[in-house]
Amino acid sequence: MITYAIYFAFACFGAALLMNLWRILTSDGVGVRVLALDTLVINTIALLILYGLAIGTEIFFEAAMIIAMLGFVSTVAYARFMLRGNIIE
Amino acid sequence: MSLFLIVALPFLGVVFPALLVRAGRDASASAAGTATLLALIGLLLHAPAVLRGEVITARIDWLPNLGLNANFFLDGLGLLFAGLILGIGLLIILYARYYLSREDPMGQFYAYLLLFQGAMVGIVLSDNILLLLVFWELTSLSSFLLIGYWKHLPEGRQGARMALAVTGSGGLAMIGGMLILGSIAGSYDLTEILRNKEAIQASPLYLPALILILLGCFTKSAQFPFHFWLPHAMAAPTPVSAYLHSATMVKAGLFMMARVWPVLAGTPEWFYIVATTGLATMLIGAVIALFKDDLKALLAFSTVSNLGLITMLLGFGTKMAAIAAVFHIINHAVYKAALFMTAGIVDHEAHTRDIKRLGGLRHLMPLTFTIATIAALSMAGLPTLNGFLSKEMMLAEALDTTWNGSRLVLPAIAGLAAAFTAAYSFRYIAHVFLGPKRHDYPASPHDPGPGLWLAPMFLAVLVVAIGLFSQALVGPLVKAASYAVTGGDLPEFKLKIWHGFNTALFLSFGALLTGLALLRLHGGLERGWNAMPRPEAKTIFDALLRWIAELSRTVTDRLHDGAISRYAMIFVVFTLLLAGYGYFSGTIGLPTRDVQDAPILPIIAWFCLIAATALLTFLHRNRQLALVLIGVVGLTVSMSFNYLSAPDLAMTQISVEVVTIILLLLCLNFLPKGTPVDSSLGIRVRDGVIAGAAGLGTAGLVYALMVRDFAFPTISEYHLANSKTGGGGTNVVNVILVDFRGFDTFGEIIVLGIAALVIFSLTEALLSTRVRAYLLNRKPDWPQSGDAHPLMMVVATRVMMPIALMVATYIFLRGHNLPGGGFIAGLIASIAYVMQYMASGFGWAAERQHFYYHGIIGSGVLIAAITGIGAWFNGVPFLTSDFGYFQIPPLEEFELATAMFFDLGVFLAVVGAVLLALESLSRLAWQPGMVTEHAMDINPARDDPPEAEDPAQTAVKED
Repeated sequence: MITYAIYFAFACFGAALLMNLWRILTSDGVGVRVLALDTLVINTIALLILYGLAIGTEIFFEAAMIIAMLGFVSTVAYARFMLRGNIIE
Repeated sequence: MSLFLIVALPFLGVVFPALLVRAGRDASASAAGTATLLALIGLLLHAPAVLRGEVITARIDWLPNLGLNANFFLDGLGLLFAGLILGIGLLIILYARYYLSREDPMGQFYAYLLLFQGAMVGIVLSDNILLLLVFWELTSLSSFLLIGYWKHLPEGRQGARMALAVTGSGGLAMIGGMLILGSIAGSYDLTEILRNKEAIQASPLYLPALILILLGCFTKSAQFPFHFWLPHAMAAPTPVSAYLHSATMVKAGLFMMARVWPVLAGTPEWFYIVATTGLATMLIGAVIALFKDDLKALLAFSTVSNLGLITMLLGFGTKMAAIAAVFHIINHAVYKAALFMTAGIVDHEAHTRDIKRLGGLRHLMPLTFTIATIAALSMAGLPTLNGFLSKEMMLAEALDTTWNGSRLVLPAIAGLAAAFTAAYSFRYIAHVFLGPKRHDYPASPHDPGPGLWLAPMFLAVLVVAIGLFSQALVGPLVKAASYAVTGGDLPEFKLKIWHGFNTALFLSFGALLTGLALLRLHGGLERGWNAMPRPEAKTIFDALLRWIAELSRTVTDRLHDGAISRYAMIFVVFTLLLAGYGYFSGTIGLPTRDVQDAPILPIIAWFCLIAATALLTFLHRNRQLALVLIGVVGLTVSMSFNYLSAPDLAMTQISVEVVTIILLLLCLNFLPKGTPVDSSLGIRVRDGVIAGAAGLGTAGLVYALMVRDFAFPTISEYHLANSKTGGGGTNVVNVILVDFRGFDTFGEIIVLGIAALVIFSLTEALLSTRVRAYLLNRKPDWPQSGDAHPLMMVVATRVMMPIALMVATYIFLRGHNLPGGGFIAGLIASIAYVMQYMASGFGWAAERQHFYYHGIIGSGVLIAAITGIGAWFNGVPFLTSDFGYFQIPPLEEFELATAMFFDLGVFLAVVGAVLLALESLSRLAWQPGMVTEHAMDINPARDDPPEAEDPAQTAVKED
């Protein structure tokens, strides 16, 4: 049963990746694209965990954790850059 | 005393004169003298054994795989040269103490002198030609420093540059020749090479090797047509000239010819190249010397002439000629050093070296006059003085040798050169010291203090003593040295004054008489000489250098015109041609692996990668957008690493990605936000085609590689098999980093640290220029909005900080066995810190940072180094790691490995380097009015004073 659930989730997050990519490709300006990239990062974390579940290994957990912990820092940096120009004031 | 110590002493001594000069000039000079004296004593202790015919050796295998070993040996030739270098060195140190004036930096002088001395001793004692070449280059470099010692004189700088260019390029040829010699003999050890005469002379590479080695020797020993650098090097202080041009530097070439004499000499090629060059040099040098008015120029050309004489003798290839050459090396060193020193005294006291302005000094400087006369008469070849003995032997050898079938050529030219030699020697006495006293000297000359005359006086005594008691004083030394030069049995010989009435004696006297006649005719001859057009070597040399510089500039400008697209184009086209040549000329086997199926998710990831990259090529002119798209690429790459079972790489990639984005955004703050269109449409299309071809080619190459097995077994298997047993870790990637290739990693963290320090110092330098004012008054590129230090971000990063640090610790600790390690942990920790900088500002964070990042980098490198050195105490090579398993109840059994300390070093170096680089860049952006007092702009918990009272605060609020 879990296998089907994982495959279903794979399909959903795969589709989500493509939609994020679509936003990145077609949007105007930088702001929307940064948000789309951030969502792309989150969807990737999900895929990574799912992949670990699917092949039954824990080895991707730390990678997923680090992405979750650090991925937002670049989004914040982009945002600060757009708002203030200077990211360390 | 060990030979290592003898060679090392001058080098060890280098620092002391430089340091002790603060304690006075005497202290500096005695430090230099002590180092030299100790080395000399050490050498002399070996003298009895060497004179008995023994060879002292000292060997250490240094890089045996390359044939480079620290092997030294001391035979008769080495003893002779090392004795001259150290002995005359000692006299020069004494002389220079009193010659140099108060304004000259004396510590520097002695440091250079000892450096040069050490290099020379290294040359003459090396048993390994690679080691010898290292010392050879070192003499070129240190003599450059010595010749250019008076940096304020343009002649000094030009002379030094010319000497370096000529001897340096000769050294390059020498390297080539020596390598050929070594490869023929199958060893780079001199003693081994010297045993292979037949193999070397039979080799088809004999002639190229000979010519290359001789180029090195001729340039160093100022043989025609490379003689021109020596007179220009006379711009050096006189002690330098006396040292370099009597006993050492210029003799290095002769030494080299004598060293390889047993294997290279005796062939017609050797005879005609070496003997003819020597003959020509001897005559040309002697003729020019007669017409030089500058005392030191006269002596310089006389040195050129004497070097030619010795070269010619070595070129004859007979054993008696080699003995004469060795003897003359001693004699020339002794009288020429004395002559240079007297020239220095005259210059020092009369403030001029121009012969035309001198004369009559006999009455004013009787002591100097005596010394100079003895030395000059010896140079002229007057009987009973040492110069006479070796000159007569030279003439006898010239008489015995046929040149191209003629028995007359050699004695005639040699006799003519001897006549000119006598003439300029007499001129040195007559036009400087004899004649009436003058009243227009630039200063009032008088004899100097004993500091200046002691050294030349000692040498003058030697001149007479060697002349009278040659066999007793230097006979054994000449014999031992000649034995080493010829590498075999010597004919019976005795050094003596009287050989009976023979042709050589008549020739000798004829030369002396002709010399007197030439001196008498000097005025007329000089007018003729000056009227004669002559090629000026310096002009030709300068023109040649200009031409070479122009050529290299043209080539460089074509390749590197400053536009990165241009040299990227050249590089890519070249790679394409190379790969294309490989593709069309080579063959490739059939695929051995099947193409694997691709599931849909990797295809989606692949599509993301391609789409983001493709979009980037169109939108790259918007730089911030380009950074966002690079983020997509980085994420996909990191995911691919995960999917392809490389979680270490994935984690590294994602953390590096974050740091890179922050770094680039920091820089982008000061850069234009868009890239202008610089190239025309045609060029862009051309570049597009090239880039496309290279991309497709690379893709094809990678595909071809992936569907085939490797032709050779890869090293991965070794790593996989030995990781646990050899390195004590199951994470192969980490074991490779900290153990198998730990030395690489060690180098890398040092480079990383250096890069961060360079960024730091560049920002510091920038901030001390006018740029600072610009930066302080800079207006943002667009209106700023929002808080500088938003509450939400501050809170979030404060919460994240301990979590991130704990994760970093965890990743660090488990790194040896599971994905992780010091590098990734370091990146995570530094991002945790950078978050604080971003949230609460540079000033706030810097205030709370109590450890300098420089220190953190340094401690990281030190810890890694100490861990590596620790292995030595275990009797194993640098960085060999050790590990063991321990159990402390109630904990489970755990492993401790020294690699962990090494990894700690990596961690600290990474943290320090990343933070130092980012902090330096954010320092640039600091502007007055930026709030540093509080962690966040709005804090409900804080009882803020009324805002209007704080102008800085207001300014920020209004932004």
